Amino acid sequence: MRSQNEFSYGGDATVKRPDLNKEISDQEWDNFVYNRKSLRGKHWELWQHISGCRQWIKVERDTATHEIFMTLKANEEISL
Amino acid sequence: MQKYSIFNLVKNAFANHQNWDLAWKDPTPKKEYDVVIIGGGGHGLATAYYLAKEHNITNVAIIEKGWIGGGNVGRNTTIIRSNYMHDDNALFSEFGMDLWRKMSQDLNYNVMFSPRGIINLAHSDAQMNVYARRGNSMRLNGIDAVLLNREQVREIIPMADFSENVRFPIFGGLMQPSAGTARHDAVAWGYARQADSMGVDIIQNCEVIGFDISGGKINGVRTSRGDIKAKKIGLCVAGSTNVLAEKLNMTLPIETHLLQACVSEPVKPVLDGVVTFGAGHFYISQSDKGEMVMGGDLDGYNSYAQRGNLPTLQHVLTEGIAMMPFLSKLKMLRTWGGIMDMSMDGSPIIDKTHIEGLYLNCGWCYGGFKATPASGWTFAHTIAQDRVHELNSGYSLNRFNTGHLLDEKGLGTKTWIS
Repeated sequence: MRSQNEFSYGGDATVKRPDLNKEISDQEWDNFVYNRKSLRGKHWELWQHISGCRQWIKVERDTATHEIFMTLKANEEISL
Repeated sequence: MQKYSIFNLVKNAFANHQNWDLAWKDPTPKKEYDVVIIGGGGHGLATAYYLAKEHNITNVAIIEKGWIGGGNVGRNTTIIRSNYMHDDNALFSEFGMDLWRKMSQDLNYNVMFSPRGIINLAHSDAQMNVYARRGNSMRLNGIDAVLLNREQVREIIPMADFSENVRFPIFGGLMQPSAGTARHDAVAWGYARQADSMGVDIIQNCEVIGFDISGGKINGVRTSRGDIKAKKIGLCVAGSTNVLAEKLNMTLPIETHLLQACVSEPVKPVLDGVVTFGAGHFYISQSDKGEMVMGGDLDGYNSYAQRGNLPTLQHVLTEGIAMMPFLSKLKMLRTWGGIMDMSMDGSPIIDKTHIEGLYLNCGWCYGGFKATPASGWTFAHTIAQDRVHELNSGYSLNRFNTGHLLDEKGLGTKTWIS
């Protein structure tokens, strides 16, 4: 169990940057940069253990109860 | 409607105050309305009031999941100001200041608007320059702004830390003397009472379950108290915007975050204005009851919890104690949290949507309360005329697509960073 103070938030983990060298529409950029679902309930998000091992992780957390269901390494794919 | 006056007060005193009318009714929803406003908070109630008053549209329902005024209009730190640099924000907010000044008379309800001034403290020469620039912008837009030096600030708030050995010494500050506070619940109740008297149905305990949309047009809303038809529907649901957007199949440039506030035990008058710390995010004022009212940063991650966690509160109050050391002696009376609709550039959205007849009012971030009258006024205009007013033309939904962001603080899209 680690203190919440050691972690820094990195936002929605399901957002993917559009592929390099691909023709990208304004809408795709909008979805990447600005548009977010931000729903009540289960939410996959990025956290960094900034005052510790400095690893980025993906966390599935409930945005209403803060219950954590699952964690993944940053390079592991979320299977929805 | 009974007018609230000294004569009616005396008259009712003789009847032991048993004969006052209800401030608003509890109607059963009709099958159809001209306009349905979702969300019975400050903005929703103000919108309904201005629809009736300015546009003569009275066949209106406000539907509210809980009770009116139970969300952010009842949870904020009651600060009212228009100290913005960008024209769109400044002109919109200053228009609101005018409505605030007239509100108690206009609503026949004492909202206790108290223009006691706000001071943003500066802690470096660079910050003084930034404030001078913002102050000049404000004055060009007709808003009062005064740049204070260290001694002038000391005269107004002698209890702040003016000692030499501090991490963030006070260099001066930017003051808007006409800014202030108001009784937040009274704002909701005042708008509700007047809207009700002009024929608006205030329907509480009525949750939106879904929407009836066909051919790109809105036809009505499905609620826990039955289907309600309406050609025009306005969303004023603040922290629940993302939840309703999901039901509308829309993805918005909004994240839902938690913001905390707190009050200390009541003490004798010590602070007569609003003061903000310039080296972090902390603001403070003293309520008429004597409590020190304080707030600051978001908790920093998407949240619908409506209650905060302690690390953020500790961080915020550390800033407060750095600014005004006497705060460390006070006991905390109460802390609470509310969920904010944080937009990706820190400015709100008041606009039409791609669905005909569906209007959006959201993205109020830290500043929803002070915007209540201007938001209601411009949203009512947008709904009634089916076009935005020039005051809210900068608050468009597609500005994120066109690049016309309104990033007052220059923070970018990371809403959780404050």
